[in-house]
Amino acid sequence: MFKTPEFKENNHANELPFATRILCATAIGALGLGLIFALILSENISSSLPALVQQNLTQSGVQNPVTAVLLNFRSYDTLLEIGVLLTVAIAMLPNSNFNSDINPHMPGGSRLVSVVNSAPVNPPLEALLRWLIPMIIVMAGYMLWTGAALPGGAFQSGALLAGAGVLAQLSGRLQFCFTSTTAKLLLTIGLITFVMVAVGVATTTGVILQYPLELAAPLILLIETAATLSIAAILLLSYNTLATQTFESSSEPSVFDKQPSALSETSAPNETLQSQTAEGPKP
Amino acid sequence: MEFDILIDGCLVVGILILACLCLATKNLFTAIVLFVSLGLLIAIAWVRLDAPDLAIAEAAIGAGLTGAFLLATWRQLRVAPANNDADTPNKSGGDNVQNP
Repeated sequence: MFKTPEFKENNHANELPFATRILCATAIGALGLGLIFALILSENISSSLPALVQQNLTQSGVQNPVTAVLLNFRSYDTLLEIGVLLTVAIAMLPNSNFNSDINPHMPGGSRLVSVVNSAPVNPPLEALLRWLIPMIIVMAGYMLWTGAALPGGAFQSGALLAGAGVLAQLSGRLQFCFTSTTAKLLLTIGLITFVMVAVGVATTTGVILQYPLELAAPLILLIETAATLSIAAILLLSYNTLATQTFESSSEPSVFDKQPSALSETSAPNETLQSQTAEGPKP
Repeated sequence: MEFDILIDGCLVVGILILACLCLATKNLFTAIVLFVSLGLLIAIAWVRLDAPDLAIAEAAIGAGLTGAFLLATWRQLRVAPANNDADTPNKSGGDNVQNP
């Protein structure tokens, strides 16, 4: 239906001529040097914003100025950012791959996480992950909680959680299905919570996203918790899309039947090539 | 004071060298590894600039997750040409196959 894009490495045919490359390098180098000197020569701009944030920190409900700006003073920006992330997730969702052939007992689409029993067992990796993944999850929770007073917050915590998910998927034992209802709820819960809080506080304070003073801290924690889940789900969905997508056109019916065998066939010669190049230059 | 300048100087030089190597290398896998190490150095640079929030984000997203994304894409690039002409898997794909 659609034309399949063809990606190639080492595209030597399209290399620029030598003189053009020298010209480009000179121009970019001159621009970079000019920018560095402009930065050095320009006087230090003293902005009044940090002092303003420090003055109003007691009204924000948190002690960390970064979190105060992100989720209270300029929470509109963060709301839009989470909306952008959700748009990315929606764009990626059709490409997210759930291979129901691997696990016929668990019909695809019903659960977010399913265990792949047929996967090859890698004992050292599994032993490591059994310690690592719970630790990462606890660390993410700490990062979320500590964001109120110290560096941390929803984004860092979500990235940690997504890293745990990537590790779980890399082991091959767990499979994520992002078309399940749970996954859709996780992907959207950040934006839903944020919008509901934004509209909800408008009924008491009269202004959208202006939290009442005594409720600021719990509301920020609520938003951050929901945003963490959404960010983790969206990042993991992007990895899931990249990691299992194939570049074939959809007209070929036997894509999924072919792919594992093609993988094992091609990886073997590549491995030997790698070992050859690692040992020394080929004659 | 001198020790601080030494550390900062090493960081700046290391970041620049890693960035140049990352752009100049022909091997995609090497470029990805260099990019991840560049991300880690930049995270340390953010710590030196008193921006620990950015440092955590850079280490988690810039170095960790982006590295995983790039490696996943790199694997697709290796596999993709093999599916087009499955008869000749030896000639397909891998970045280690330099054109003679």
